Amino acid sequence: MVIGAVTLWFILEKVILIASIIGLSFFIAMYTTLAERKIAGWMQDRHGPNRAGPFGILQPLADGGKLFFKEEITPVTSNRFLFLLGPALAMIVALVTSTVIPWGAPVLTSTGTIALQVADVDMGILIVFSVVSVGVYGIMIGGWASNNKFSLLAAIRGASQMVSYELPMSLALIAVLFMTGSLKMSEIVSYQMANGWNIIYQPLGFLIFFICALAECNRTPFDLPEAENELNFGYHQEYSSMKLGFYLFAEYINMFVSSAVMATLFLGGYDIPFVNEASWGLEPWLYSLISFSVMMAKVSFLLFVFIWIRWTIPRFRYDQLMNLGWRKLIPLALFNMVLSAAILLWLKS
Amino acid sequence: MSISAILFWVLSVAALFSALMVVTSRNPIHSVIWLIITFFAISGHYILLNAQFLAVVNIIVYAGAIMVLFLFVIMLMNLNKESEPARHRWLQLAGGVSGGALLLVLVAALKDTELKSQQSLLLEGHTGLIKTLGQELFSTYVIPFELSSILFLSAMVGAVLIGKKD
Repeated sequence: MVIGAVTLWFILEKVILIASIIGLSFFIAMYTTLAERKIAGWMQDRHGPNRAGPFGILQPLADGGKLFFKEEITPVTSNRFLFLLGPALAMIVALVTSTVIPWGAPVLTSTGTIALQVADVDMGILIVFSVVSVGVYGIMIGGWASNNKFSLLAAIRGASQMVSYELPMSLALIAVLFMTGSLKMSEIVSYQMANGWNIIYQPLGFLIFFICALAECNRTPFDLPEAENELNFGYHQEYSSMKLGFYLFAEYINMFVSSAVMATLFLGGYDIPFVNEASWGLEPWLYSLISFSVMMAKVSFLLFVFIWIRWTIPRFRYDQLMNLGWRKLIPLALFNMVLSAAILLWLKS
Repeated sequence: MSISAILFWVLSVAALFSALMVVTSRNPIHSVIWLIITFFAISGHYILLNAQFLAVVNIIVYAGAIMVLFLFVIMLMNLNKESEPARHRWLQLAGGVSGGALLLVLVAALKDTELKSQQSLLLEGHTGLIKTLGQELFSTYVIPFELSSILFLSAMVGAVLIGKKD
């Protein structure tokens, strides 16, 4: 059966891929919550959760189950539809970004190649940025619809923080694009396979991008939207049950996806470091599997750094946050951009 | 009906309906949200015409940045149904008449253009791709491009100057 130029097999392949990536995102996000608590425990010299199952590996399920059984409360004064739309948007936006990330080397089969990537579009990384820029609405709409001053304040804080940190993030990205010369994620990865990882040539760019990623995910030291001592619980104050769960869970999915984006842009994606894997002559499926595991290892490392920072650095004050974003990171990112452009021009002439 | 025709009709209906809802919603927040949906529908149209860059930038700039500012302003000013000042009948009438006149002028101006006879290129044509756009902007249209960037720069300097506490 053929619909337009698209075969049924193609649709099936993509549906399976999308389902497995969403499943993977949920799975990783689930276990990042456990890892966060375990690492916090380790850093604070205590055990962390260890009652549900061996070593506490069932803890995320217990947490999820608890959230499902909580009472669902909708404030009478709030706008019901928008109140529901907030967490839904937060979740959708968190999941959509993963479409353009290449998760591993393409699998060669007898019928053709299957890319481990939902869509390898020309706009690649720009799609990620467009989704990130829409991500503000989940927080803003949820915070406004709660009809609570603290929620609204936290939502506006969160939104202005995200808008501010998008700018240095995209400026840091431009320097990477100068080098790779393509917006396509697959080409960014293959460029790094041939020429070495971008983090070697763009250490400053990576640093800026990483700081901005922390701010975009609302992670410590930039978790101002949920500053408990000033704003009670933040923009999700009025939320309970699984709607709250969606907000909290979306944060972990965002962490996972932004780690994957950073691994792709700066750490060579699914490239295996220090070796020329193309000369091994491996079975294609085995090679794909290994490259996928390497990608996951990089993502896990970045997730660990996210958690490590959370339990090391205290929260910024709001004016410090804005100062850092506008007065330090943007000029630094601009400097990095001009410097990279000048060096590239000099090397090419 | 081909898949792009189906998409075209779905997107057109979505764009027109949400644009109507922008105007008719009583709550300004709802208007903004409908406007965001309109921008997404228009981006869908751009993708149908293979203008990928335009589609993505439309979402980043309009749906992502400008509408956030709109929401900011409306949320901070706390505009809503209760605080909306009652409008006179004749004011609404004048609005309707002037809007209708604008529609009339637009239709009259566009009905004899060549757009009607030109078939739009669906899912082909590389005008909208980033490579073509970049080459055009930095060769054929380099002066208007640089001029508009100076305009942006002066606007930014102005904004910083206004925002500065003295």
